[in-house]
Formats: sequence, structure tokens, C-alpha cells
Amino acid sequence: MALALLVAGLAASFFHLGHPERAWRSAAMWRTSWLSREVIVLPAFMGVVFLYGATHWLDWHPVLVTLPGGLPVDPSVILGVAGTLLAFALFLCTAMIYACLKFLGEWHSPLTVINYILLGGASGFTLAAAFAAVTAPELVSFLAGWAAIITLLGLFSRSASLVRNARLKPKSTLQTAIGISNRRIVQKTQGFMGGSFNTREFFHGQPVLVVRGVKWFFMLAVFPLPLLLLLAGIHGGSIALGAAFVVQYLGLLAERWFFFAQANHPQNLYYQAIA
Amino acid sequence: MTQLALVIDLNVCVGCHACVTSCKEWNTSGSAGPMVDQNPYGADPTGTFFNRVQTFEVGEFPNTETVHFPKSCLHCEDPPCVPVCPTGASYKRPEDGIVLVDYDKCIGCKYCSWACPYGARELDEQQRVMKKCTLCVDRIHDMSMSPDDRLPACVKACPTSARLFGDIHDPASAVSLAIRESGGYPLMPEWGTHPANHYLPRRKTRIKIHADELERADNPLKVDGLLPRPARSEPTLDDVTTW
Repeated sequence: MALALLVAGLAASFFHLGHPERAWRSAAMWRTSWLSREVIVLPAFMGVVFLYGATHWLDWHPVLVTLPGGLPVDPSVILGVAGTLLAFALFLCTAMIYACLKFLGEWHSPLTVINYILLGGASGFTLAAAFAAVTAPELVSFLAGWAAIITLLGLFSRSASLVRNARLKPKSTLQTAIGISNRRIVQKTQGFMGGSFNTREFFHGQPVLVVRGVKWFFMLAVFPLPLLLLLAGIHGGSIALGAAFVVQYLGLLAERWFFFAQANHPQNLYYQAIA
Repeated sequence: MTQLALVIDLNVCVGCHACVTSCKEWNTSGSAGPMVDQNPYGADPTGTFFNRVQTFEVGEFPNTETVHFPKSCLHCEDPPCVPVCPTGASYKRPEDGIVLVDYDKCIGCKYCSWACPYGARELDEQQRVMKKCTLCVDRIHDMSMSPDDRLPACVKACPTSARLFGDIHDPASAVSLAIRESGGYPLMPEWGTHPANHYLPRRKTRIKIHADELERADNPLKVDGLLPRPARSEPTLDDVTTW
């Protein structure tokens, strides 16, 4: 199931490109680009998840080493640890793609990385809990418990970033954008009447009410609702856990939309008026 | 090290868009393929341009000024768009400092456009690759052209010579001189991108005119005016001279 989601993610990332057939090139610049690093970590993670699944599927558990505590180490343990580390690396790369852009103040913060890790972890544990409710009931309370804890932590970190972003004052102004110090500058024309890439890519075009509505929707759907459903299903209620995952997933879609909508790109200063 | 750049004089720009159209004309005919417009004669035309001229009103009425502001890629000395590119399609040429996109390597992920605070990059909707000003790299190094023509198309087109082109790392070049002596400044210096392109500010042209410069104290007409007016009965000049 994890592999299917990862494949879906990879497919989605391929087809949002202008040139999917050249996607292989994107691993080249891992020294400087977080996007490139993500492109490398994602397939590595997929490979480890596949091997982890394969060792369990084939029931291949030769004991390689025994730890001093008497704990046997077989390939699936090593792969599990590697997979966990790679999962964290993947969250880190994905978050840093956004957090490294210093002039997008809403993203340029450690909170972005923390949110990606916590929200990703929360939804993962929620899905795992729902899956376990059907297949391995003995793991449900462990997974649902952690899902609830991580969701709660996510609530704090996401709220912190909302508070931080609400107070953010943009560094760039129309004055620095065109280098004229007069206090009153108004754009009369952006230089063309039809749209351009700049007017389509960086503006969400939604009224303030919609943005605010989306914010409250995801603040409800990502945190308190799944929390209640997780607590309701902590002893194995597969319907409640399934619902928790669906609600949280929808909420996270809204959260991601809001994340993009909230980013106020400095280039927008240049595209304020059509003559 | 060479860093080619444009220096744009906002004091001289009249906002005629000649640089926009000549840029589009040259670059749409170039070896890199056309810059295709979508729906050019329809209700919602759009297309890729390397250069735009915008207009701002500065100040409060009636003390306002209209500032025409040409905007293209600034060829930053520390370009934020280059390190984020996952494929290496975006690069800065070490030999002349031009920031370019290799259209054969670009995957159209748009990450560079998010990393550019100036909005200098535009995605070509047809070729699905990122495009931007090349400083007419295919003109300025073309030795088959006469030296007068080895300039970016926008510079050649500007009717008021508002656009200067040259090496800003050469302290003796015309662009360096203009930046140094006419107060050239970069855009959004707060991000540390060190744009190579600079802008020259609006300048107020004021001259002090003294009253005696408008009306000379020793104006002979006035001296003449002080003489007594001849009576009507006295002969006129025509009466006493033969021409």
C-alpha cells in the first residue's frame, strides 16, 4: 500500500512536468537543488519499501547479527530502519524545496519542515491504524495512539506557522521593486492586457473569504476531527479509523492548497494593474 | 571576469514598447525556436515575452510622475534560479555572466520561476520549457555581424537610448561609468541576488534663471524706447533717405 501511494506520487510528479520524458535528468543537480535530492530519495525509498515488503512476503528472515540485548537482526529490520530514515529524508527534501526559497517568507522557516514531517507522519500513522484495524488488530491501539499524538503535535506546529505568517511583513515593497523611494507608488499597467505566465502561476485568484474558509476547513479536518475519530477507534473501530484517514486526507489537500495560496511571491508586486 | 548587463535609464525611457516588440521579433526568429503566442487575435491573448515595459505613477496628485519601467531578466551575479534547477538546465555562463536556460534539458517543473523574486521567467506554453532573456546571446557574439549590430535587440531598438549594454565588471565601460556617476541601482537589493542589470534614477532637470537673463538691463530696445518719440509732422526715414 505504501508502495502504491509512492508510485502515485511519482506518477503525479512526472505528469505535472512540461517534459515528463526528460524527468530522468532531474537527478543531476543534487549538490545544489533540494528538488533534485527529492528525486533521488523518492525512488531509493520506493526500492527499500519494495524490498522490505518482499522480505516479509517471502518470509525471508535469516538472522544476520544478534544484538547484545538478544534481539535478532534480520534483513527486514535493517530495511525497516533504512526505510524509516529515507522516509524522514524524503519529508526533509520535500519541505526544503519550499523552505529554502528565502524570499517566500511564508515558507522560509523551520516550521515548514516540521509541518511536513508531522503532517506526513500523522496521516501515515492514521492510514496504518485504519489498515491494521482490518489486518492486524493487535497493532491498532499503538498506531492510533501515535497517530493521535503526532496529529496533536502537528496542530501545534501548523498553528505556530499560521501565527508566524499572519505577523509576517513582506521585505520587498513596490519601492524596492522599482527602486523609487516615494511612499506612494501605484502601478498603472503591467505592460500587457492579456494574461501571462506571471499572472497565472503566482495568483490563486480566489477571494479572501474562500482562502479563510479553506483555512478553517483544514484546521478542523486535519486536526480535531481525526483526533476524535482516532480516539473513538483506538480499540479497533475500523470504520472510525477509516473515516479519520479520509477526513484527514481531504483536510491535507486543503492544507496544501492553502500553503501555496498563502505564499506571497515578491514578483506579484510587478503584476498589479492592467491598463 | 566579464559580466554583461543592461543599464536602463528610467529618466529617458518613454514607455514606447519598442524594446518589447524588437525583443520578441528577434528571439521568436532565433535558432532556439519561436516564442509562440496563444490566441493572439482572440479574446484572451497570451504569450511569452522576455521583456515587458510597465508603468507606475509615483507621488500624490498633482505632484505625480509617470515612470516607465522596462523589466527583463537581471542576470543576477548570484542567481537564485540556478542552484534550484534539478537538471542543470538553468546555468550562468562563466565567460560573460549571462544566465541561460538550456531548452533541451529543461523539464518544465517551474521551480526556477518560484525561485526568482523578479518574475523574470516565463513558461512557454507550447514548448513547455522555461524561457527568459538571453541578452541576445546569439547576436552579441556573432562575429558575422558588424560591431554596431552586436548588441541586444532591445538596445538597438530603443529610440531614446535609454538602454545601455556592456560589461559592468570593466570599470572603464560606459555602463560602469553610468552606474557610478548617475546613481545606478539594483532592484530588490534586500535578497542579495546582486542583479547585474542596473537602473538609473529619474533626475530633475533644474536650471536657475536670473531675472536679468530674461530681460537684459542694457537691452538696446529699451534704451531706444526711452528716446523722445518724433512728432507726426517730422519726416520719416523714407522721406530723408534713398535706399
